[in-house]
Amino acid sequence: MKRRGLLRRAGALPLSGKIGLALVCFWIVAAIAGPWLAPYSPGAFVSEEVFAGASGLFWFGSDFLGRDVLSRLLVGARFTVGLSAVAVAIAASIGTGLALTAAVGPRWLDELLARGMDTLISIPAKIFALVLVAAFGSSLLLLTLIVAVTYVPGNFRIARSLAVGLARLDYVEVARARGEGRLHIALVEMLPNMIRPLFADIGLRFVFIVLLLSGLSFLGLGLQPPDADLGSLVRENVSGLAEGALAILAPAVAIASLTVGVNLLIDAATQGGVK
Amino acid sequence: MSGAPTASRWRGPVRLIIHRIGLAILTLFLVSLVIFTISGLLPGDAAQEVLGQSATPEQVAALRHEMGLDQPGPVRYARWLQGIVTGDPGQSLVANQPVADIISERLPNTLTLAVLAALVSVPFAFLIGIVSAVARGRGLDRALNILTLSMVALPEFLVATIAVLILSVKLLWLPSIALVPEDPTFGEFVRAYAMPVMVLAVGVIAQLGRMIRAAIIAELDRPYVEMARLKGVGPVHLIFRHVLPNAVGPVVNAMALSLSYLFGGAIIVETIFSYPGLASLMVNAVTSRDMPLLQACAMIFCAAYLLLVLVADTVAILANPRLRHG
Repeated sequence: MKRRGLLRRAGALPLSGKIGLALVCFWIVAAIAGPWLAPYSPGAFVSEEVFAGASGLFWFGSDFLGRDVLSRLLVGARFTVGLSAVAVAIAASIGTGLALTAAVGPRWLDELLARGMDTLISIPAKIFALVLVAAFGSSLLLLTLIVAVTYVPGNFRIARSLAVGLARLDYVEVARARGEGRLHIALVEMLPNMIRPLFADIGLRFVFIVLLLSGLSFLGLGLQPPDADLGSLVRENVSGLAEGALAILAPAVAIASLTVGVNLLIDAATQGGVK
Repeated sequence: MSGAPTASRWRGPVRLIIHRIGLAILTLFLVSLVIFTISGLLPGDAAQEVLGQSATPEQVAALRHEMGLDQPGPVRYARWLQGIVTGDPGQSLVANQPVADIISERLPNTLTLAVLAALVSVPFAFLIGIVSAVARGRGLDRALNILTLSMVALPEFLVATIAVLILSVKLLWLPSIALVPEDPTFGEFVRAYAMPVMVLAVGVIAQLGRMIRAAIIAELDRPYVEMARLKGVGPVHLIFRHVLPNAVGPVVNAMALSLSYLFGGAIIVETIFSYPGLASLMVNAVTSRDMPLLQACAMIFCAAYLLLVLVADTVAILANPRLRHG
């Protein structure tokens, strides 16, 4: 029943939304099954020629060491999609959790949290991430936490305005009068009504996180070798830029197809095309 | 518009603006606290870092004392803040040169890049915003929506790669590295800046265009627009004489927000084109863990952001007659 509803909703999306959905589904599959789909081992030197063009053997050519670009891409996608998904889940949990705390907690706590988040939001995201990387380094775990923390204030701001609006509504007043505890009001009464509007925000933040993570890896400050996400693939092949190698273009286009796909899907799903 | 300006007329907005300035200074102070706490108080000892693994504990202790690292945190923060405020944020650990000197050499480059990118972006953004607001809901609006939606999601290095591929590799028009010679001629200047500015502009145009569209559409739904239309005011006149003056507040706000995006974009753009600006300097400071340099760069970017927002707020307050008379 539920699934048919979802399918019908997908069918009702405008073309841009369908393209977005297809791209998102493609990358989810690639992230899960990528390593098994990869035709070669990502670390193997399989081509005699470096920066080879597309061919039947190597669909996206070879990289600066003669490794298969497609295989490295499929393996890199798992890091980009996986780490970003985990990071956005952490960011949204912390941001929304704090927002609910602010909405049902004492007034001074709300003021304190709002003031603190306003401060953090006035540090541009990439600058904040650079300071965090410089201080903590970028192991896999820390990197995920850093990009998550960078986008907590934005999520907090949206979630708090939603929660404060809900807290004034009659049904929450009724629950309070009924003698429900603060935890119950936050989690049972308010949170379910915030999930839908928050969904669009989470999607946008996922896009920001993918771009930040790839950007950091591109700068050499993100994922460290031998692990490589899509941003690292752009970085390691940057010497092919002057000859216009496929090895640098392919991972950059891959990132763009993921972020553009998510953006198109959210846009179509939240407003049915154009406002 | 009417009556002689009197002191009382301006009291409301001036008080508001002073309040905003105070708030911005407070926020900047809190930001400095955050940046110093994250980057200054953590493990990873700068003295050890400078001397390397082979240093004896006595040498490290001596250098720590010299650098003031053996002082308690609040004391170090106070000293650091004093340095930042007085324009002397200390000594770069790697370059062994005052941070102020390095930054004053790089800062003008980044400002040039940002100003050029802004000058290029703003007219295009207005064009996209106005055209799609007027054509709201029609095919042209939908097409522009998809276009800008995709443009905001493109990573800068993809735009840069495509630009290099087309303009440098295939057409051989432009150099793929942005080296500005001393005393450039106009032609050299344009050739050096064309690609970095173009790449930065893509994101800003898309973001700003979308926000301008939203601001204009919010105005188009108001009764006075209907009234003007009924009186027979043409579409061009309507937008430029009636709608835009009323949308100054949100539009200026949108400009501040999307221009602040330039700082983030500059990090990638300056690196990929080897442009000697502040953003690539900051990336180097992270790589070499040169904390005094990193902290100073971060503070400059945050101050610039807060300044942009403050200017936008001020313009919005001055442009709003209701606040002016409030």
